[in-house]
Amino acid sequence: MVGGNVRRTRAIVGGRLTLLTAGAIVMIVPFAYMVVTSFKQNALVLEIPPQFIPHHPTTANYHGAWSSNHFSRYFVNSLVVAVCTTVFAVLLSSMMAFAFARFRFPGRRLLFGLLLIGLMVPTMMLLIPQFLLARQLGALDSLWGLVFFYTAMNLALNTFLLRSFFQDIPRELEEAMVVDGAGPWTRYRRLILPLSRPALATVGIFSFLASWDEYVWALTVINDPNRRTLPIAITLFQGQHSTSWGLVFAASLIAIVPVIAIFVAFQRQFVSGITSGALKA
Amino acid sequence: MTVSSSPSSTGSIGRSASARRPISRTLSPRRRKEALAAYLFLAPGFLLFALVILYPIGRAFQISLYHWSIAPGLPSQYIGLTNYSHELHDPIFWRSLVNTGFYMGVTVPAQIVIGLMIAVLLDARMPARAAFRTLFYLPVVTSWVVVSLLFRYLFITDGGLINWVLHDATHVSNHNIDWLGQRWTAMAAIAILGIWKGIGWSMIIFLAALQGVPRELKEAAAVDGANAWRRFRAVSLPAIRPVVAFVTVMLVIGGFNVFISVFLMTNGGPLDETQVLLTYMYRQAFSFLDFGYGSALSFTLTVIVFVLSVTQLRLFRRPSEAS
Repeated sequence: MVGGNVRRTRAIVGGRLTLLTAGAIVMIVPFAYMVVTSFKQNALVLEIPPQFIPHHPTTANYHGAWSSNHFSRYFVNSLVVAVCTTVFAVLLSSMMAFAFARFRFPGRRLLFGLLLIGLMVPTMMLLIPQFLLARQLGALDSLWGLVFFYTAMNLALNTFLLRSFFQDIPRELEEAMVVDGAGPWTRYRRLILPLSRPALATVGIFSFLASWDEYVWALTVINDPNRRTLPIAITLFQGQHSTSWGLVFAASLIAIVPVIAIFVAFQRQFVSGITSGALKA
Repeated sequence: MTVSSSPSSTGSIGRSASARRPISRTLSPRRRKEALAAYLFLAPGFLLFALVILYPIGRAFQISLYHWSIAPGLPSQYIGLTNYSHELHDPIFWRSLVNTGFYMGVTVPAQIVIGLMIAVLLDARMPARAAFRTLFYLPVVTSWVVVSLLFRYLFITDGGLINWVLHDATHVSNHNIDWLGQRWTAMAAIAILGIWKGIGWSMIIFLAALQGVPRELKEAAAVDGANAWRRFRAVSLPAIRPVVAFVTVMLVIGGFNVFISVFLMTNGGPLDETQVLLTYMYRQAFSFLDFGYGSALSFTLTVIVFVLSVTQLRLFRRPSEAS
């Protein structure tokens, strides 16, 4: 009996592993092929049969991508915009979340409801009026303009996630600080923020990646070649007629390796951030 | 200064937030001070949010009622609902609606079923579990721009990996398929990308939900002799029903918002055959500079998404209320 059970359990685990491995291969092959292609000479990227391990691997595409079309400048542009967006978005949304989580004031439900509307409205629906607004504000063709709009686009989700985290912080700690005469700013800075590091990391990562990867808004408002960001730069390697696929994927990998590194390093924050919204709903 | 003025004067903070009191017009000085602090914390973020998100929501509809003049200073002409009646007579609008519907109809069920299957497989003690979870989630964190270009490359007619597998390696097809050059094969390729990129997201939410199902329930069903499938149907699935509803609604919204993959894989071509609502909107607005018609298209999309979301939430709610 017992032996049979063990054997059965083993068979089930084996079956699970087989299915999962098959699925994982499907997920990973396109990535692997992208990496392989990025190390191929351009003449070979559409060769039949394809070389899955290039006979003469070359790093020429990486040198080419990095030095051509001001790619390194676009990398820096993206980095600056993403870092500034992250700082502003985390600061502003944590302040809003603190107000929603810990204060009673007239209009609280209304304002929070408006924030939820912002969470549900498809971003691209607002593209045209936002473009007109950016033009009015003189925010076209400007990296600060990107930071301004990206920060605003991240506020609703960040505030929503942080509010529920702040609500779970025991109030007793805050009461003790009140007794010592601490005002709201002190409590926010010295108590709420230090206790919320994991949640702040989660929304910080989300904000960073959202602006690092953002394509449509940048495509719409940036014309000046000096102010392009990485996603725009990557698509520029893909010409209308002759595409240098090796360059495209070398550039792509330069852009996504930091993302994957962040993801692997902060997996727990990722998962908690993604699931907390869903499981609370 | 207290965090929240509780009616009782014991000094406990905000415990009574849920205990509703009739709204009094005049706030006590303490509550007024508290409200002031809250508004100060809210002000910078909320003003930015109102300017960049809320104000454009109102503007989106307004612009759709005009023959919008894009030159600043020139007056725009109010034309009522003409942009909307134009939609009804625009064959490309209808085609892009059908294409969007096709994309949604294929990708949403696939992401739910496959995502749920992987989640169930992963919901057990097993080796390399974390590694599998990471691998399946990898496409989700990769930018749409990169994966769209990657799939465009994989689906190239002569020399693409997909055609090599189907034609040269396995002879499933006797010729190289012109994937991105025809309407339905192109839509299929775009949908395959959507599924591949999306299943990690639904998987990770389903997995978290399944782990929240009490173990005792599953074990009790096992003791009663229910097999794995019956245990799943009778115990796990009902328990995660609200999460399935949430994922479905989010995926439908996401499906209707498909843009970058189409934009970069076919750009709506050939001859507008593969336009979806948002690529068509983008072309009208930023290639033809018809902001009025573009706004009408995006407002139509928003109404469709809103109606679908509300309908789905109703559908999902009813059976559990009846039981």
